[in-house]
Amino acid sequence: MSFRASFAGLICLPLLAGCSAQQSAFNPSGHDAEQINILFWVMTLGGAAIFVLVLVLAAIAITGSTRVRQRLAGEGLINWLGIGFPVVVLTALLIYGFVLLQAGAQAEAGNTGLRIAVSGEQWWWRVTYRTADGREIEAANEIHLPVGQPVTLELTTADVIHSFWAPSIAGKLDMIPGRTNQMTVTATRPGITRGQCAEYCGGAHAFMAFHVVAQTPAAFEAWLEREAADAQPPQGEGPRRGQELFLTSGCGGCHTVRGTPADGTIGPDLTHVGGRHSLAAATLPNSAEAFAAFIVNNQHIKPENRMPPYGIFSEEQLDDLASYLEGLR
Amino acid sequence: MTDKPFELPNPDPRPEGEVEELKRIWATPKGFGLLTAVNNTVIGTLYIGAAFLFFVLAGILALLMRTQLAVGDNSFLSQDLYNQIFTTHGTTMMFLFAVPAVEALGVMLLPQMLAARDLPFPRLSAFAIWAYIIGGLVFFSTVLYDMAPKGGWFMYPPLTLTEYQPGNNADFWLLGIGFIEISAIAGAIEIIVGALRTRPPGMTLAKMPIFAWAMLIFAAMIVFAFPAVILATMLLEIERAFGWPFFTAALGGDALLWQHLFWFFGHPEVYIIFLPAAGLVSMMIPTMAQTPLVGYRLIVVALIATGFFSFGLWVHHMFTTGIPGLSLAFFSAASMAVAIPSGIQVFSWIATMAAGRERFRITVPSLFILGFLFIFVLGGLTGVMVAVVPFDFQAHDSYFIVAHFHYVLVGGMVFPLFATFYYWAPLVSSRMLSERLGKWAFWLMFIGFNTAFFPMHITGLAGMPRRVWTYPSNLGWDVLNSISTAGAFIMAAGVGVFIIDLVRNFRFGEGGPENPWGAGTLEFLPNDVYSTRSIPHVTSLEPLWDRPGLSREVDAGHHYLPNAPTGRRETLVTSAVEAKPQYVLQMPGPSWTHLVAAAGTAGFFLLLTIKQVPFAIASGVLAIGACLVWTWELDRPSQGEVEVAKGLRLPTYVTGPLSHSWWAMVVLMLVAASLYVSYFFSYLYLWTVSPDVWAPAGAPAPPGLLYPGLSAAMLVLGAGCMLWCGRILPDTEGRHWGRMVLLIIAAALMVGAVVLEIWGHWQTGLQPTDSSYGAMVYMASVLQSQIAFVVAIMCLFAAARLFTRQLTAQRRVTFDNAALLYYYAVGQGLFGLLLIHGFPRQLG
Repeated sequence: MSFRASFAGLICLPLLAGCSAQQSAFNPSGHDAEQINILFWVMTLGGAAIFVLVLVLAAIAITGSTRVRQRLAGEGLINWLGIGFPVVVLTALLIYGFVLLQAGAQAEAGNTGLRIAVSGEQWWWRVTYRTADGREIEAANEIHLPVGQPVTLELTTADVIHSFWAPSIAGKLDMIPGRTNQMTVTATRPGITRGQCAEYCGGAHAFMAFHVVAQTPAAFEAWLEREAADAQPPQGEGPRRGQELFLTSGCGGCHTVRGTPADGTIGPDLTHVGGRHSLAAATLPNSAEAFAAFIVNNQHIKPENRMPPYGIFSEEQLDDLASYLEGLR
Repeated sequence: MTDKPFELPNPDPRPEGEVEELKRIWATPKGFGLLTAVNNTVIGTLYIGAAFLFFVLAGILALLMRTQLAVGDNSFLSQDLYNQIFTTHGTTMMFLFAVPAVEALGVMLLPQMLAARDLPFPRLSAFAIWAYIIGGLVFFSTVLYDMAPKGGWFMYPPLTLTEYQPGNNADFWLLGIGFIEISAIAGAIEIIVGALRTRPPGMTLAKMPIFAWAMLIFAAMIVFAFPAVILATMLLEIERAFGWPFFTAALGGDALLWQHLFWFFGHPEVYIIFLPAAGLVSMMIPTMAQTPLVGYRLIVVALIATGFFSFGLWVHHMFTTGIPGLSLAFFSAASMAVAIPSGIQVFSWIATMAAGRERFRITVPSLFILGFLFIFVLGGLTGVMVAVVPFDFQAHDSYFIVAHFHYVLVGGMVFPLFATFYYWAPLVSSRMLSERLGKWAFWLMFIGFNTAFFPMHITGLAGMPRRVWTYPSNLGWDVLNSISTAGAFIMAAGVGVFIIDLVRNFRFGEGGPENPWGAGTLEFLPNDVYSTRSIPHVTSLEPLWDRPGLSREVDAGHHYLPNAPTGRRETLVTSAVEAKPQYVLQMPGPSWTHLVAAAGTAGFFLLLTIKQVPFAIASGVLAIGACLVWTWELDRPSQGEVEVAKGLRLPTYVTGPLSHSWWAMVVLMLVAASLYVSYFFSYLYLWTVSPDVWAPAGAPAPPGLLYPGLSAAMLVLGAGCMLWCGRILPDTEGRHWGRMVLLIIAAALMVGAVVLEIWGHWQTGLQPTDSSYGAMVYMASVLQSQIAFVVAIMCLFAAARLFTRQLTAQRRVTFDNAALLYYYAVGQGLFGLLLIHGFPRQLG
């Protein structure tokens, strides 16, 4: 097993190098993440100062002259630095934390606009946009956010516990069976960042990621309109043959392509899959080659994922399928 | 006892031949017989050795993982194997290394520090150790043949339910860990009774070495924390095997119930590991500074406070589960508060270092302690950071947390452990470990550790989640991970140097240098297999410093119990607070019985895991049989009063609260009660989550009041039988049929009450698989059956003792133990009936 896997891994290496969206909490582009980043630096600098203080005291305790050492040797040191000082610092920190939490709770209560239902499923994300006017638009593995507008995420799971984490936007929140957890986020600047499942969810947990696309409100509205529409009919000979293959090979048993007979709901909705920034929950870049590779070799690229590998297609058929899927923008 | 100056307990010269007799009585069996040894220095060394082996094995797994993660998109390990390896690494480090290692130090060092001849239940600790070694090795070996669990060491359902993890992998975790928990509890009982009842005369609680305090608190925490995870593992295994939906949301269960139970254990667990290590540091620093610990009382308070607070923190592992803001605030505050006791200890250590007349000596133990201080303080500071809820939203389940807890655990426990190896090796080795190799080991480990784990703080906030077997190499994590991997190998090299040192210099046996560090505590008295020649009278915290002639006096037999008056193994039992001599405890010696019992217990659990039910039952019967033979040899008759000091004669058999066995029984009852309280919490918790599946609205109402009424009557009647039987125990040895019948009736009533309870619910049509309500109703009976089974065996055992004329009104500890547990079981049973039958009626 391991030799074949390594070999397949080697082949896949170049494919995996896709777009390089960051998923760092150090580089925030969401309101919560910005607040937490400030909190982090306050605590880190304060903590570093305390750390240095302890080290210096320990050094003096060991190497200091007898007179200096005797000044450290009483219970006074314990009472002041071991009890008094932490009580003050910790109380301040606690209040700081509560203030941030409270602010988050208020943002949550105030939002009446867009809601996005995200369901974690082994090992991808089902994403449903719920607009204020009652429309429901299904997509997958990508979260689009209008910059400056609070958006409430409704987090659920279809199987085991997952955790939704887009570090540049906000902290994480778990997806737990039987519950709906809500989190309100606000993107502060346009750009593409990456997020990932943070709760170990079995087999391909490492390959359960997504992209966050923060857009200006106008760009977001335009994108949402396109996303709400049915799939574009295939353009050209290859894609047309590809669609034919898609529909006759049973792909529609699991996947939906709106506007065609394919209406499966087990796997991700593919209506606009070509327009996304990645494939297979941010495992591969979005390209015709990647589509072809995943169809044939998905159990090596993303082991244990629920899609069976399709080795039945000829090289030409694979090209057709890939060009069809890539064209679903 | 008066404080000094005091009269020597045995001022006269001792007769010839006493030392030879002690040597003969306490001799360690040779050859294969070594397996039957029970002496704490022998099995303690074995225990530490086994724990260290698991540390090395789990460390090798860590190196495999670090190799896989050295660069992005690596395929050195497969996804499935990596998932097994990280699960096994965490489980092994927590359950097979950390807890056993500190418990092992307790077994080995505690009797020496208290100058007791052995722990009060030598075979019980030997049993716990063998069960752990056999079970641990089988559990660990699953990773070699692709059968290791892969649900993470925390095993969150639903991922670990049969639906998502078919096969036996998860069961190995549940059953393997289940009985390792049992061995931890056996050890905890031993340590509590040991610390409270086998101290030397004069060593009041206020003069007890800090390590003994730490072990006492450690053991108490095990008693209250481990039952929660035992219940959790029972629930999960029952759901996996029989489909009782405790954790399935669709049937009214809740995945978060597991998390609550697991972390109610899991957080105290961290302090269970840390407190003894902190206790060891508090013992070593005064020696290296040659001055008493500054703030002894503050440290004792800090240890107790840590133990107490640690039970109020568990939810900080669940900040991101979407629990309400008020809970977040409470647990955030509690998580920060626990930093204060640690602060007290850190500054107390610094003050002690400064307090010596000479400068703090830099030896290998000192280096490891300073390394500990550096690493642990840093880990504590990041701990405060993650206690701030909004920051935890980012850090949780990222590599920042991996860095944080390795700083706390490796810093807080592994570095003190290595200091301990170097410091206390002369107690069991005839040669000291090398200062030169030790320095190499330290610097490699210290530099390696920080190189490996410091960058992970950054990796985590740069977005890398935990438990991923690979990562794309375009996210900027590669360099940081490569550094971490290099650090891991440097640290491993340090451990390697230590192993070389062990091989070259560790020689098990007596005759090591006496008190090489100039310590002030009793474990550095002259030692042999029987521990110290006589048990010293203690008047201060550092007896060896305050009474320079003590070693000589003790070795000349001028203190208590300089011989073996009953001609067998024995030690002195003193009162719990004041340490006044009370009686001479007759102790069992080497035996095969506990070994067979341990193998049988391990076999039972492991065979059950691979669904070999008949063999499992056979193995279980073997274990119980061995336990019965083992206990049959105990409860030996009184040898009358014996002289332990000039003019001081003590009894050799006591009953009631004076007896060490009564104390152990009380601790066992606390364990059982903790288990039941966890169950009670779970019942109410699931009701708050899913009131809709609860009777009477969502499930068949409980049976008529006749059923619980009859069950309750049986329990009370049974208790009456035991009470009566206890009053009329015969004064003379003889077969008293009436009393035997009473005991048998009591056993039958105890079992009958459970059977009736189950039957009643079955009649209503309620099935345990219907909903979480049904599962909880029957679970009460599962717990009650468990204790009823034990109680019934104990009653029948007492009847058998009566039959063989070994139970009288004087020699009655066997009966008293059965009766104590019987009364507890009646209390638990009545409470259960009230809950199961009363609560739904209250709702309806």
